[in-house]
Amino acid sequence: MKDRKDIIEIKNLNKWYGDFHVLKDINLTIKKGEIIVVCGPSGSGKSTLIRCINYLEQFQEGSITVDGIDLINDVKKIKAIREEVAMVFQHFNLFPHLTILDNLTLAPIWVRKMPRKEAEAMAMKYLERVGIANQAHKYPNQLSGGQQQRVAIARSLCKNPKIMLFDEPTSALDPEMVAEVLDVMIELAREDKTMVCVTHEMGFAKKVADRIIFMDAGQIVEENTPEEFFQNPESDRLKLFLEQILSH
Amino acid sequence: MATYEKKQERKAPSNTKGATFWIRENLFSSPLNVALTLLGVMILFWIIPPFVKWAYINANFAGSTREDCVSGGACWVFIRMKIDMFMYGFYPSDLRWRVNSVYGLFFVLIVAFKYLKSPLLKVALAHIYFIAGFFLVHGGFFGMETVPTDKWGGLMLTIMVAAVGIVAAFPLGVLLALGRASHLPIIKSISVTYIEFIRGVPLITILFMSSIILPLFFPEGMTFDKLLRALIGIAMFEAAYIAENIRGGLQSIPKGQYEAADAIGLSYWQKMFLVILPQALKVAIPNLVGVSIALFQDTTLVLIIGLFDLLAMVRLSAADSYWLGYETEGYVFVTFIFWFFCYSMSNFSQKLEKRFNTNLR
Repeated sequence: MKDRKDIIEIKNLNKWYGDFHVLKDINLTIKKGEIIVVCGPSGSGKSTLIRCINYLEQFQEGSITVDGIDLINDVKKIKAIREEVAMVFQHFNLFPHLTILDNLTLAPIWVRKMPRKEAEAMAMKYLERVGIANQAHKYPNQLSGGQQQRVAIARSLCKNPKIMLFDEPTSALDPEMVAEVLDVMIELAREDKTMVCVTHEMGFAKKVADRIIFMDAGQIVEENTPEEFFQNPESDRLKLFLEQILSH
Repeated sequence: MATYEKKQERKAPSNTKGATFWIRENLFSSPLNVALTLLGVMILFWIIPPFVKWAYINANFAGSTREDCVSGGACWVFIRMKIDMFMYGFYPSDLRWRVNSVYGLFFVLIVAFKYLKSPLLKVALAHIYFIAGFFLVHGGFFGMETVPTDKWGGLMLTIMVAAVGIVAAFPLGVLLALGRASHLPIIKSISVTYIEFIRGVPLITILFMSSIILPLFFPEGMTFDKLLRALIGIAMFEAAYIAENIRGGLQSIPKGQYEAADAIGLSYWQKMFLVILPQALKVAIPNLVGVSIALFQDTTLVLIIGLFDLLAMVRLSAADSYWLGYETEGYVFVTFIFWFFCYSMSNFSQKLEKRFNTNLR
């Protein structure tokens, strides 16, 4: 992992919502192919942090560089970064007026100007991978939550992104459906994609993460390999957090 | 290990459904409801039989003169003799085939819509239809005789004013709604000012302005068709209302839809036209049809700037000294025509809603 090049570089990132200081001096470097899990109590700024990476949130200070592209408020640069970074949302955010297949082919056809036939073939390939190819002509609301999230993952794969961001992908799901989504994510983690996942699925973190980042009150409190993270937490805040989520 | 047996499904108890249950629940559920039901039935008995007697049983259908109306019921002969006026106004009778062919082409358009998939082609075709329709009715090319717009009238004018008003106002309304939802302060304030100004002024005022005040600003000798001026005024007026209805639809779209569209890399216009507007318009269908129905009825206001729509034609015909005293028949006829069109639009709206409903289970 050491010899790989950096793909995301976040330097001195600061962000405010009005007067509320959400992100405080965030410094984080992520290497190509790394799997990062970000956890922390709610309101700690972890979602905000990953949403800054594809510019869904603007920030006031600091810099983010994604695959050599400086993230500034410039339509072309934002577009270039969004070509490489895909995002999976907590509430799936599929487009309810389009079929599953059309959800997947929308960006390839309109952004990458791919011929429809080709886009559909590619979409079917990804649907196959997440195990929903037989539902391609249904509408999102006809699918279960777990299936919708798998479609959302397939949709983000259609860009063939270098980086995948996951914003609490399993927290809106029924307990019985969490596993099917995590299975797809574990599958992805085995490939050469860079993944940044905000999640509380500690089992997932233990299994696939290269590093786990713990955030509290807008700052990075600790970052470590999974073994160290769970066995030797340094700060009291992390000890308390682990106690809370692992004691049940 | 505990085992359990799957329970069989049963039908709902029979005394909780069916017609008798419905009647008992909705019409006779309390003493007050019983009284209201009886009162309602009484009112219906009081209105319907005399009306049927007047409009059908005692009515006169045959004949062609006033003298044929002797039985005391409705004199539908009057409508029959004047129907051409009601439909076409003063449009020359030997040229009415042009208007009829525009009506006919409408059905061709509908059939073409069924077979066309691309929305862009549909919009283009609809615009071609309206422009071609206008020129066909107007004439003045290929040796076709020109029929100036002051000869246009009756139902034909009503339909044209309403249809052109809606079709021309719709794109402007969409842009205004997007403008009002925009984050760019200048675009937003222009849109808000326009919408709030127009909504603060009655349609009559706009019609007066477009027909009387506007020409004062034109250079000497420049004339501008009166109907066209009215149409522009109506389209500008309707655009504000359409914009507000679409804004309502836009506000119902969750933020996640915008974020997902951004995240997959769509540009602003792609995001709006491919993701947001299709959903927002679907939500806005009932209100947009409401606006269309209101406009269809509001077209009667063009009378005050000297255009003769259906209602104006009926009033004019009823003032004909030979047919004096048959306004009632005329107004019942107008009522029916307006009801027919508005009810069709309302029905169409429900069909659209069903067709675009993707919240299937």
